[in-house]
Amino acid sequence: MADWLAEVGVRLGNVILEQGEFRGEHTVVVDRNSLLETLDVLKSGFGFNSLVDLCGVDRGIDENPRFYIVYHLRNMETKYQLRVKVGLREGESVHSCCGLWKGADWMEREVYDMFGIKFDGHPDLTRLYLPEDFLGYPLRKDYPTEGHEFEG
Amino acid sequence: MGSVTEGLERRTFTLNLGPQHPSTHGVLRVMLDLEGETVVDARPVIGYLHRGTEKLAEDKTYQQVIPLIDRLDYLACPAYNFAYCLAVEKLLGIEVPHRAQYIRVIMAELARIASHLIWLGSHAMDIGAVTVFLYTFREREVTYELLEMAAGVRMHQSYFVVGGVRWDLPDGFVEKLKAFLDIFPKKIKEYENLLTKNKIWKLRTVGVGLLSREDAIACSVTGPMLRGSGVKWDIRKAYPYSGYEQFEFEVPTGERGDTYDRYLVRMEEMRQSREIILQALEKLPEGPIHALEGKLFFPDPELVRGVHKDMAALIHQFKLVSEGFHAPEGEIYQSIEAPKGELGFYIVGDGGPKPFRLRIRLPSLMNLQSLPLLSKGHKIADMAAIIGTLDIVLGDVDK
Repeated sequence: MADWLAEVGVRLGNVILEQGEFRGEHTVVVDRNSLLETLDVLKSGFGFNSLVDLCGVDRGIDENPRFYIVYHLRNMETKYQLRVKVGLREGESVHSCCGLWKGADWMEREVYDMFGIKFDGHPDLTRLYLPEDFLGYPLRKDYPTEGHEFEG
Repeated sequence: MGSVTEGLERRTFTLNLGPQHPSTHGVLRVMLDLEGETVVDARPVIGYLHRGTEKLAEDKTYQQVIPLIDRLDYLACPAYNFAYCLAVEKLLGIEVPHRAQYIRVIMAELARIASHLIWLGSHAMDIGAVTVFLYTFREREVTYELLEMAAGVRMHQSYFVVGGVRWDLPDGFVEKLKAFLDIFPKKIKEYENLLTKNKIWKLRTVGVGLLSREDAIACSVTGPMLRGSGVKWDIRKAYPYSGYEQFEFEVPTGERGDTYDRYLVRMEEMRQSREIILQALEKLPEGPIHALEGKLFFPDPELVRGVHKDMAALIHQFKLVSEGFHAPEGEIYQSIEAPKGELGFYIVGDGGPKPFRLRIRLPSLMNLQSLPLLSKGHKIADMAAIIGTLDIVLGDVDK
């Protein structure tokens, strides 16, 4: 394991629920309640200055936690990359990270648009792509790919 | 004068730009808050071209997704196929043969030239320099002819497949490409003669749409936009893929982070793309154009349809068409330096033949997010220059 990763493990040991590696990419699953502090430590303490991507994943209706929010972080100096995931159950929300990276604004709106997950403290949490009166959240696994109207 | 303005109040008013407006390059709508002619705030409204690519992909096999990806940035299709195929290959854990890697690099850099030519032509036309548009479309036509030669179609080529390229380069392709690269520097000079020292061009672009280094990084802005703000960052250098580490090229950067700097950066990028293609052509290795491991490819048509029918090949063909290949369980993120910025694919595989989740990180979408920062304080007439300098394609914004 790389030195920086071991150090992340030491600094954030109490909030890391899972840690994994696949095809040379590192992933940590962190506790939802301390997400913002964790991201802050990664940004200011480990130099992850760039939020490459933020997206949601619906693992299926019966899964627990049902959703993951996935953050792809990058340190542009050392070129280290880290994937941070946080699990959410139906109806749960996470804190917005717009304060850390301005770029998170639209990414969080897209997750809200497609999964219906709320971000506390977001400056303007409205749908990004779909009209405001659209029913349902299309990227949820129980949303159909065919048909004209979603019955809700 | 006093009597005329007496009793009148001063307030901002909102103007709707688009969604149908020549300068918005598609269906982009921007709500502008104006004070007189000065832009106080600009709020992009997007989604008019949303096709639900991510949702559609969940219902298709890994190969069937390729034509969907073409339709994101329809001005640089090979780059998009490139990123997707690399992502699936990473998930599968396979290596692509050298010849295929080089062909992909050639195609992707050709796409960068084509994309930048369209950007240059339309950007200049928005500002009022119509001649440049006619010049750039002359060369852009050659790049499309080349893509058509290799893939059979001008747009939406789907020339890359998971594990390689669909077929080898046709006869005469290399010669035609070399002939194009020979004359291309002279053509770039022609565009530059019209613009670089043109007083009107400089008045319209220098100091317009400033984006600081810090803001660019914080807003997840990538590509020529980021480099224009002075950040020497290029995925091809930072995380080389498909053999980019074997090519020598420069990463141009700007100083002030204005529209003019981004213009200079993109002009130089076209020259660098030409360098990369020349090196790739020189070193173009012989060999297979498909990964050999894994049963990812259709067998030789002769084996399936010919007189010497091969039962195993027939079964293999049937399984690929009806079911598709299976990718392992796991999650990967793979990005490339697309013409407009970082294009990334995050794929969650569940062991089946379809992606469980396909997330696309689009460069135009992230770059467009910086529009309010770029336009605040400028006159409404500058909006055409500022939207142009973002180099967005709405298919690449709305996915």
